[in-house]
Amino acid sequence: MRPPAPSPGPRGALRVEGLVVRYEQTVAVRDVDLAVAPGEWLGLIGANGAGKSSLLRAVARLSPYEGGVHIDGHDTARLSRRHFAQLVAYVPQKPELPVQMRAIDYVALGRLPHLGYFGAEGPQDRVHCGELLARLSLAHMSDRPLGAMSGGELQRLVLARALAQEAPILLLDEPTSALDLGRRVEALELVDELRHERSLTVVSALHDLTLAAQFADRLVLLAQGSIVAAGPADEVLVEGSLDQHFGTRVQILRSDDGEVIVVPRRQRERT
Amino acid sequence: MVAGVSTTVPLLVAAVVLVVVVVVSTAIGPASLSLATVLGVLASHVPLVHYHSSASAVANAIVWEIRLPRVVLAGLVGSMLAAGGAAYQGVFRNPLADPYLLGVAAGAGLGATIAIVTPRASFEWLPVAAFLGGAAAVSLTYLMGARTGQRSSGTSIVLAGVAVAALFTAIQTNLQQQHAADLQPVYAWILGSLSTASWTDVRLILPYVVVSGAVLLAHRRLLDALRIGEEEASTIGVHPQRVRLVVVAAATLGTAAAVSVSGLIGFVGIIVPHLVRLTTNASYRVVLPVSMISGASFLILADLGARMLEAPGEVPLGVVTAFIGGPFFIFVLRSRRSQQGVL
Repeated sequence: MRPPAPSPGPRGALRVEGLVVRYEQTVAVRDVDLAVAPGEWLGLIGANGAGKSSLLRAVARLSPYEGGVHIDGHDTARLSRRHFAQLVAYVPQKPELPVQMRAIDYVALGRLPHLGYFGAEGPQDRVHCGELLARLSLAHMSDRPLGAMSGGELQRLVLARALAQEAPILLLDEPTSALDLGRRVEALELVDELRHERSLTVVSALHDLTLAAQFADRLVLLAQGSIVAAGPADEVLVEGSLDQHFGTRVQILRSDDGEVIVVPRRQRERT
Repeated sequence: MVAGVSTTVPLLVAAVVLVVVVVVSTAIGPASLSLATVLGVLASHVPLVHYHSSASAVANAIVWEIRLPRVVLAGLVGSMLAAGGAAYQGVFRNPLADPYLLGVAAGAGLGATIAIVTPRASFEWLPVAAFLGGAAAVSLTYLMGARTGQRSSGTSIVLAGVAVAALFTAIQTNLQQQHAADLQPVYAWILGSLSTASWTDVRLILPYVVVSGAVLLAHRRLLDALRIGEEEASTIGVHPQRVRLVVVAAATLGTAAAVSVSGLIGFVGIIVPHLVRLTTNASYRVVLPVSMISGASFLILADLGARMLEAPGEVPLGVVTAFIGGPFFIFVLRSRRSQQGVL
């Protein structure tokens, strides 16, 4: 196994201050402040174009921003690319999946931040990747090309690559948009298990408000780039506010065990 | 580990094939020499092996001074063109990219033309002029592409390459028009040939091929990382623009050196890496080294065809590779794998 880290390892506390993201003339994110505690799962919700992805991309250093992003008190803008990749793993909405690449090689890409520029992954890196595949029930697919895997398997594989980075912070942009209902819950359960196992801080954009309510510790509702509500699900998911920010009628129900259920309604009565 | 096996086996197979190809093509030629004679001469030149061949001085000269330098040079050029092709396909994520994509060929052609039509310039300057022309064309392409492209994407560089190639070819054509008497040597160089190969040529390009090959091999993992796109690659700590610059510089340097002694031999950079991808697991950790070895075998065989098909005359080597390459190009375009995105 690899030697223990010299300093107490990164904890994964994420702080965002006065974040602004501009694209040409439009402002995608305006003056957002966020603090995510180590091990917390923060769910970003909001209509299309509300700024969820832009916020995640800025935190992942994929688009230029104004303001500050700090991890455990360190300004991420000052970190090298490799060092940053050791702290933050990012899973895009539509990951690029080369059809001919083998599963094990894909997961091994996640080890790159831990190798030197010309470094080769050692046996322990290979073992680590093999263990991750096994953990995500993909051990038997190790040699399979990505083109021959199902949507649910690919979703787990992308997660495996992100976990191979051993970063304390995991950013997920709509992780379940390509999955059917059952696979969706499965994928989110898996993220939840993994974050407890590995004490990961998770920030994810989520379309499905009911699922967001069930999995995230805290929700942040964005509208036109600004935070309009933040807190536990039952405080953020309220009818008037959702009607306004999603531009449709929404009804909030409660399950028997008190979970919030968000139901979109038709704008007009059935004729 | 599984990864170890799947890398070693293709490498071993390619290496064995190369050894066989080298011996066989050294044995075949207009003067008929037995395989035993050829092996004897080869063995007598291996350092530390104190073997004295019973072959005649003539046989020794044919094998050691005529055939072997040509085979080795073909191997080096083929290896470089194949590695350059694989590398270009990787950094531009385009299955049809080849080492000439950014204007090396047009630049080298212009350089060679200038050397040939310049009065007083001796023929020895041709490789140097071709090398400088090739390197100049790619540098210009890179500058233009990086300037135009807002985020210096691969596409803007490829487009700049087309423009630079057109410009250099136009100048070259114009020069040829003005010096119609020199058309023949220019034309012969462009078609590619190894008929004058000597150990001097081998020594001339060896350092470039070794350095370029080493740099490309060192980037094989980063080329795999680029397969998931520039943006995702940057989230795992890779600097895509930097990787592209270093890989293109290395591939160009080696390719320019190779074509400076061989002329413009096409299609090697496309055929070889694709054949390797079809038969291995497509990771650059395998594709790059196996392409290097197989590229050598491929061009040695093609050159064998060039000197034997119309013996005692020669078919230009570039014509042989184009004859194989043209149909193969269409095969790549039509194959299911390329439609799914070979890279």
